[in-house]
Amino acid sequence: SSGATIKPRERCIEKILVANRGEIACRIMRTAKRLGIQTVSVYSDADRDSLHVKSADEAVRIGPPPARLSYLSGATIMEAAARTGAQAIHPGYGFLSESSDFAQLCEDSGLTFIGPPASAIRDMGDKSASKRIMGAAGVPLVPGYHGHDQDIDHMKSEAEKIGYPIIIKPTHGGGGKGMRIVQSGKDFADSFLGAQREAAASFGVNTILLEKYITQPRHIEVQIFGDKHGNVLHLYERDCSVQRRHQKIIEEAPAPNISEKFRANLGQAAVSAAQAVGYYNAGTVEFIVDTESDQFYFMEMNTRLQVEHPVTEMIVGQDLVEWQIRVANGELLPISQSEVPMSGHAFEARIYAENVPKGFLPATGVLNHYRPVAVSSSVRVETGVEQGDTVSMHYDPMIAKLVVWGGNRGEALVKLKDCLSNFQVAGVPTNINFLQKLASHKEFAAGNVETHFIEHHKSDLFADESNPAAAEVAYKAVKHSAALVAACVSSIEHSDWNENNHGKLASIWYSHPPFRVHHEAKQTIELEWENESDRNELNLISLGLIYQPDGSYLIQEGNDSPSLEVRVTRTGKCDFRVEAAGLSMNVTVATYLKDGYKHIHIWHGSEHNQFMQKVGMEFTEDEEGVQHRTSSESSSHPPGTIVAPMAGLVVKVLVENEAKVEQGQPVLVLEAMKMEHVMKAPSSGTIEGLKVEAGQQVSDGSALFRIKG
Amino acid sequence: GIDSRPDPFRHFRGLQKGFCVGVLPDGVDRNSDAFSSNSIAMEGILSELRSHIKKVLAEGGEEAVKRNRSRNKLLPRERIDRLLDPGSSFLELSQLAGHELYEEPLPSGGIITGIGPIHGHLCMFMANDPTVKGGTYYPITIKKHLRAQEIAARCRLPCIYLVDSGGAFLPKQAEVFPDKENFGRVFYNESVMSSEGIPQIAIVLGSCTAGGAYIPAMADESVMVKGNGTIFLAGPPLVKAATGEEVSAEDLGGATVHCNVSGVSDYFAQDELHGLAIGRNIVKNLHMAAKKGMEGTFGSTNVEHKEPLYDVNELRSIAPVDHKQQFDVRSIIARIVDGSEFDEFKKLYGTTLVTGFARIYGKTVGIIGNNGILFNESALKGAHFIELCSQRKIPLVFLQNITGFMVGSRAEANGIAKSGAKMVMAVSCAKVPKITIITGASFGAGNYAMCGRAYSPDFMFMWPNARIGIMGGAQAAGVLSQIERATKKRQGIKWTEGEEEAFKKKTVDAYEREANPYFSTARLWDDGVIDPSDTRKVLGLCLSAASNRPLEDTRFGVFRM
Repeated sequence: SSGATIKPRERCIEKILVANRGEIACRIMRTAKRLGIQTVSVYSDADRDSLHVKSADEAVRIGPPPARLSYLSGATIMEAAARTGAQAIHPGYGFLSESSDFAQLCEDSGLTFIGPPASAIRDMGDKSASKRIMGAAGVPLVPGYHGHDQDIDHMKSEAEKIGYPIIIKPTHGGGGKGMRIVQSGKDFADSFLGAQREAAASFGVNTILLEKYITQPRHIEVQIFGDKHGNVLHLYERDCSVQRRHQKIIEEAPAPNISEKFRANLGQAAVSAAQAVGYYNAGTVEFIVDTESDQFYFMEMNTRLQVEHPVTEMIVGQDLVEWQIRVANGELLPISQSEVPMSGHAFEARIYAENVPKGFLPATGVLNHYRPVAVSSSVRVETGVEQGDTVSMHYDPMIAKLVVWGGNRGEALVKLKDCLSNFQVAGVPTNINFLQKLASHKEFAAGNVETHFIEHHKSDLFADESNPAAAEVAYKAVKHSAALVAACVSSIEHSDWNENNHGKLASIWYSHPPFRVHHEAKQTIELEWENESDRNELNLISLGLIYQPDGSYLIQEGNDSPSLEVRVTRTGKCDFRVEAAGLSMNVTVATYLKDGYKHIHIWHGSEHNQFMQKVGMEFTEDEEGVQHRTSSESSSHPPGTIVAPMAGLVVKVLVENEAKVEQGQPVLVLEAMKMEHVMKAPSSGTIEGLKVEAGQQVSDGSALFRIKG
Repeated sequence: GIDSRPDPFRHFRGLQKGFCVGVLPDGVDRNSDAFSSNSIAMEGILSELRSHIKKVLAEGGEEAVKRNRSRNKLLPRERIDRLLDPGSSFLELSQLAGHELYEEPLPSGGIITGIGPIHGHLCMFMANDPTVKGGTYYPITIKKHLRAQEIAARCRLPCIYLVDSGGAFLPKQAEVFPDKENFGRVFYNESVMSSEGIPQIAIVLGSCTAGGAYIPAMADESVMVKGNGTIFLAGPPLVKAATGEEVSAEDLGGATVHCNVSGVSDYFAQDELHGLAIGRNIVKNLHMAAKKGMEGTFGSTNVEHKEPLYDVNELRSIAPVDHKQQFDVRSIIARIVDGSEFDEFKKLYGTTLVTGFARIYGKTVGIIGNNGILFNESALKGAHFIELCSQRKIPLVFLQNITGFMVGSRAEANGIAKSGAKMVMAVSCAKVPKITIITGASFGAGNYAMCGRAYSPDFMFMWPNARIGIMGGAQAAGVLSQIERATKKRQGIKWTEGEEEAFKKKTVDAYEREANPYFSTARLWDDGVIDPSDTRKVLGLCLSAASNRPLEDTRFGVFRM
């Protein structure tokens, strides 16, 4: 609006406190450092040795691991800022980023909150209020109920007015937490109460709204930016349709298969939405697009920098964190709407520690091997962890964001797939294999994305056990991997022994190939394939490995299969050049010990497999009567036992011991990573052995109850 | 005039021509008839050897192996493989023990023995083969077991007994029970080695009946495998006969009884793999560092070693098949020592014996090799060199190819017996590690002076072309026929030429049969027949094992001057 004559504030930000953790804290500090701004991190006890702490110039401990006692503790963070002399606070995303109270607290204390005005956060934070404001500003809305009357019967009648299916959402918060889809009236009460409970636990407010549920929707959002001088512009849209558990996993910019006109309308609507609340700094306006009618509706506005902001940065060539800091300094937006460039296409894949076959449940553990892909001008890896770090149960289980750019969508997709197949994580289960399948799906390649994409294509995306032919092909590939593992592991063992005895006469006992009198040395290697899709099934692969005089291995699986000649050259600690049956390729093998097993991961080409090997049972377990260790913990429980699928907190126990239950009836509710997981009766019968109670912490695989049918 | 001063560059001239001091020349004429005929002959010899090996590697045969597998038991070599450090070497001893020794085949003599590392400690393995006569002890089984214990005691190697045996082979009790070097000696050795701080570890993977029961009972630590492992002085049938008590093998002497109640065993294993893993753990905890580990104490070890300049496989073509054929032992040395570097001692004196220093895998050794029959000078030179190495504590490697000492009036008058005695005295008393390889002939007192079996070399191996005996068959036939003729003449019996030829042939055939390396190795006159191309490897492993013991000073007896 007014002006080129306005000068930046005299007092520019010289030191920023980042009130966050993980990749976003690292990412913000990277820009700050580039601008010569000093950085302060805050950390809970769980994060003492984290990357975001190491990356900061200074770091302040703010409390014990639970977020509400550390990262959500506004007062402690303000103290940290005062102590270190930070003039500004960047809240990142999550935690306090959308707390209007915190933004207000900053303003009141004379600190710069790098984000929108507290009033805008408040307006947009209440989903019912925001929709009223948007409606008044002419932004299209999904039919729904956003009233104050939260009485369950009233809500139910409103739901019937809108017409099923409907969606229930907490008025506060986001990220899919507390959301419920209700298909018919009979499910309404349960879902409503669950949503209330989760909303209360996550956001402290339990008010709920109802909306029409669009069956074939796309989720498209628009990045907007405003300055403190009334200028607002948009930086095009992102398509975030591909989601699981209502959380995004692959985002892209620009959205595929939309017209320029649609794009312009969408951008204009987003700018109007922002202007309606006097917005400045970075924000995102989310729309739901009905693919059947090509209508778009306002969903919500996120008053912060989004997780997926890098895809926008990649196509517009701007650093949004820099913009945030400039705007916070009172500067004008650096360019005008007509100057916003758009070049190529970008994808972001979110790499999570999670159990894909267990319904994408969050996983915890140690990153025993962590090797993200190499970054370049077209590949970004946003991460807050390093090899050896723990993905704890306290915070979000995201390991990294992989962002790639290409001249067009096809080029970017090729790069995405390549990067995913080279992104190595071992120690915790991840969704990388799943992301690969997703990125390789032909409908995804065609840009036919929608929010139910995973559900609609699940037979392609999840290993289909019912197809024996496909399973056979897959198992054959696994056996090939196992053979390569055997050769590489043997090569590692050999060179380790040799290193230990280097220069000693003893080393001749470890020469390669090992010496035998008049025959070739043979080793038997038993590997258990850790099948991602079915952890309980034992897939034991027994391999005979013969050391040939020329140093190569002859590997045979079983007794009658043809043997494979494998030649291994070790090129690094876990890297190998392997030639198998005349085909030579790069192979990475990572191993770690856990629970008396050696876990072995192998990456080659686009294959990634994992195996377990008994470590010679070199643990003492020599008493009669002690159960021999089996790979599946659950098998030591009596049949019919239901075990916890993850570590978590029991939030509610719905039935009592000896109670009769129907198949599918909820028995108790577990919560981990603020996500509720209902444990249902797998069959009809009587509940037995139910010992857990609400408030109790249970570990992964522990027995919860039994059903006696 | 002619400048008579020595050329100051004379040493460098040699270098220019491609000869470095101490580096042996190739020394092999690949185009010679001997080379090609030896190659062809050796091919045949090796294929015969391989066919013998193939039979013993099949252990007790298909049926017995299948029965063994059905009991969830591994074969003895597989058991050893699981105990060894992954991918490490194993020096198996006397694979062909028992070869054509009894009416029935007894592959490897019914017991597998050898040396290999566990957690970096070199160990001696003694594994009964239950697929061969139920793992029972034939006379040769005992001999092989005792030989392994002898090496272990000498090299101070922890002993791992993989027990799965029905005890003594009863039909041959007279040959296995009463004598000094019989079954009882196994337990005697266990006790004595234990007293010397050499760990004795038994893993009971099958039955341990009667005398066999003492193997784990005498051990420092023992492991038993549930179900398969049993220890009892008398099995259920004998118990029933003796006392009328009816009891199952497991209840009588299973792992549960012995680990929980009797205390005969120390570690309870759920299955065989578990038992072997416990065995590895026991060795891990031996704390042998306190008693000097595997690192050699003899001489110095170079950090880096060079491979020989010439192909070790050519030893197959150098090995003489016809023992009348002369060849230079230096062509063998050139293929087994580091960088083919050999610093010869007394090169110009007593030239039928080659002596000198070299390194094998970085380890300094003194090498004594035959280049013809032993004369006075050669024997004196040998005695001198052995004294030298003993003084400096350098291990000795004997490369035997000897038809004997020189005979005849001139030799006798020169005191060949005295000179020979000096060398025998030196060989007998030398306390440094001694390793003997019979590369060709090993006849008469030459066998003695060149550290034959009777002179307790730490290790002794034969090439498959080698021959061993008191003398050659033809010579023996000549001597015997002369005696026979004299006897016949005294008795006035006419001996036709044809009869004499038949007599001679019989003697020659018998000598030929008994001089054969398989006849030798079957009876454990050596520690095994090796492929000539494995010689360097085997020497290295033997040197490493023999270097496990502390240094000892040598004291010689009275040398006859």
